[in-house]
Amino acid sequence: MIPSYDSATLRDLLEGKLPWSEVHGIMSAFKDPDRFDKMLEIHQSRVTWQDRILLPYGENLYIVQTADARRVVKCACGQEFGDYRQNWKLEALIRVRSSQAEIEELYPKMMAANAEWMQLREFICPGCKTLLEVEAVPPGYPILFDFQPDLEAFYEQWLGRKLPTGAST
Amino acid sequence: MNRVANVMDTAPKTAGWDGRTLHQMLDDSEAAFAKSGRCFGLDRLPLKEADPIRFEKIFSRLRGSLVNARETALNISASPIVKELGELCFCLYSPEGDSITLSTGILVHVHTMSEAIKYMLRNDYEDNPGINDGDIFVNNDPHIGNVHTADVQTLVPIYWEGEVVGWAGGVTHVMDIGSNTPGSNAVGPTTRYEDGLYLPCVKCGANDRLFQDHVKRCERAVRTPMYWSLDEKTRLAGCHMIRAAVQALIREEGIDSYKQFIREVLEDSRRSFVERVKQLLIPGRYEAPAFIDAQFADEARLPAETRKDILMHSPFTLSIGAAGRLDVDFEGAGKWGLHSFNCTPSAMAGALWVALTQTIMPNDKVNDGAHFATGLHCPRGSWVNPDTSTTAHGNAWYYLVPSFGGMFRSLGRAFYARGYVEEVIAGYGHDGNILQGGGIDHHGNESAVSNFEMSCIGGGAGTIRDGLDHASVMWNPEGDMGDVEAWEMVEPLLYLGRSVKTNSAGAGRRRGGSGYECMRMLWHTETYELQFVGDGAVFSYPGIFGGYPGSSGYRFALKNNDLEDVFARRAPYPTGDRHSDGRQATDLVRGDVVLDKRATDLPAPFRERDLYLSFMRGGPGVGDPLARIATDVAVDVREEVVSAEMAERTYGVVLEKSGGSVDEAATAARKKALREDRAAKAVPVRAWLAREREVRVMAKDFSAPVADMYRSSMKLSPAWAARYRAFWSLPDSYQV
Repeated sequence: MIPSYDSATLRDLLEGKLPWSEVHGIMSAFKDPDRFDKMLEIHQSRVTWQDRILLPYGENLYIVQTADARRVVKCACGQEFGDYRQNWKLEALIRVRSSQAEIEELYPKMMAANAEWMQLREFICPGCKTLLEVEAVPPGYPILFDFQPDLEAFYEQWLGRKLPTGAST
Repeated sequence: MNRVANVMDTAPKTAGWDGRTLHQMLDDSEAAFAKSGRCFGLDRLPLKEADPIRFEKIFSRLRGSLVNARETALNISASPIVKELGELCFCLYSPEGDSITLSTGILVHVHTMSEAIKYMLRNDYEDNPGINDGDIFVNNDPHIGNVHTADVQTLVPIYWEGEVVGWAGGVTHVMDIGSNTPGSNAVGPTTRYEDGLYLPCVKCGANDRLFQDHVKRCERAVRTPMYWSLDEKTRLAGCHMIRAAVQALIREEGIDSYKQFIREVLEDSRRSFVERVKQLLIPGRYEAPAFIDAQFADEARLPAETRKDILMHSPFTLSIGAAGRLDVDFEGAGKWGLHSFNCTPSAMAGALWVALTQTIMPNDKVNDGAHFATGLHCPRGSWVNPDTSTTAHGNAWYYLVPSFGGMFRSLGRAFYARGYVEEVIAGYGHDGNILQGGGIDHHGNESAVSNFEMSCIGGGAGTIRDGLDHASVMWNPEGDMGDVEAWEMVEPLLYLGRSVKTNSAGAGRRRGGSGYECMRMLWHTETYELQFVGDGAVFSYPGIFGGYPGSSGYRFALKNNDLEDVFARRAPYPTGDRHSDGRQATDLVRGDVVLDKRATDLPAPFRERDLYLSFMRGGPGVGDPLARIATDVAVDVREEVVSAEMAERTYGVVLEKSGGSVDEAATAARKKALREDRAAKAVPVRAWLAREREVRVMAKDFSAPVADMYRSSMKLSPAWAARYRAFWSLPDSYQV
């Protein structure tokens, strides 16, 4: 039997409030095919702005359709990071822990990485100062483009409908 | 067996179907797939369509027989690695070597054994040395089909009326493989010729009995012959149980139905896998590289030409196409090296497979159908595909496991975007430390040990919950750390303590699972060689969505100490290293301290009562740590997962001095201060990039291992070099 869950259950799931026994049941069952649309509605109801969410992109980030029909990465606080086909990190703030002392602020000395080998890059929202991503890479490594979704293929070939063009909800 | 043996007397020379050789069957199946994109070119599944319940029953019965074989046969083994931790699995294959169904266990080998069977067919083993009913084959060669030499495979053909209708395969992780350093994850080898015993698809038995020359050869080649022998009997017994189960099924269902079933079940699984990809994920491109260190520059026990610090580069990218195909690409991986961490495409395919079984297809039919829906690019000449067969592979897992951490992080992003937040996981922690070594044990015997407590490192956090504490590991998701008493039976070391490792879990709104540590004391051995194996200079498993990596590692030992006197005085003795600085031990015991970040080394002598700390790493976090619920942090502190000091620094949570409850006002102030500190110390990324380009990249301000890493990747991969130059707007002539 193909399951389907009500919005209250999925909201509790997203917020980590669902009892483990129910979560376990959801994980063991076949997946509910209407999940994406229901979760979109839940995400949309949690943000204060009107732009239509096309894809949840991270814990605080969304790809949205703006009033002027741009598709951009946007923080829950409203901060925009530009076209989703460009790496949103380029429009963020960054704090790089590139010295031993800076890394050891977060890890005991013997459990920290060697700053000669690796640095921590913290990508921060300019609007709300939320920490959005942390990279652990050697000095000089290009900034990672973690995820480049193919929105057209997803909507049109997998969901079987046009990518929304409406400006807002 | 009698019936089959009688048939064999008049059997045709070829063992394949319809008068073909097995080699021809393999060629035909590959040609049909290449032409149609479907397994065996099947466009319909008539057996399944006519009676889907029967189809499922056949699958369930076969799968049950595989699990039964594993759970029964492992009782033959005496090795805790096999018996307690379950480092074995069994699989049923088609005549061409594609997996039909499998048991639980170390699933990575379901596909590596497939490669081994296909190797035998491509090399016409049917003609010489022959593939007959009752024959037994053994393989452990990564260049044929394996991850590292200590994973030993037994393969048995399954005959029915003169034809091969399948193969039974079983694998166990043995305790020692006779490498130039003891243990089953040997770090000492620098070439194949130091890797120990190689059994490259060897016919090792006939008429269901092992050849005596094979038995004797192996007993004399490894340091743990008793364990070896019982492991081999474990594998063989399981394979014979599978063979009997298949033949019983054929008697009931008929051979024609069985043949049709093993064709359809592969195509059915391939289709199912594609559908699951489309149902669960998001098409696109994902990037999640990984790195791990080996600090060998001062390792006097290695050959001079191999003494250098190494930084592994795994430039992992995952592409999910509109048609539902998954492609994993390691373009940019550095050159293979004179160390035992090299991998082969077979190992990487096995790892991809085991990652998929835990993520996309855990509750569907699991077999090689998924393999037909995935692609894997392993650049020739790199550490994932050496262009020579002389490379060492004793501890291939050391590179392989972090490199596939990117798979979990990437799929986690896809699951989140698709709404299946319960499936998000930021991977695992690093699967170290491995306490490993050898010498004369407490029973007075020559021995080798590879402690497998690293089967229970901290799990990665998810969206809806923290990572599991001291839980499992990527390569065996049903991992078990093993009983202390079982390890003490096989290792000349007592446990003085086993406890949660404070601050090992990666910080996050959902924190990573905690690691743990064990304080071990050499016991009833005059001298024993031991080594440490784990990350030390880097964080090898990053988090996602603002979560931090689990901690890196270190090594601690206290040698030539006065514990004997401490015991005589009945004074307190150390049970761990609570503050990760050695003090818990050195405050109580005097001795020679080893405390540094060179967390992978080569075996060094230890003596009676020397102390050795084995620290299993924690998992990565998910989300901004400042968003973690303060009372959850208070619980972490109470359970010693996080220290009170780190709770303030990382989570901004201040606890009351007495009682340990959250000081609400101080916490609010501390979080505000940390957020302001973030803003004060952060700069716009574009400004940082412009400066970093000049002062770091153009100036080539890299440490030696980092510079070597870039040099190697850029030399081996013009494509990766071009991407690197393009990112930093560097001239075409730029070299590190």
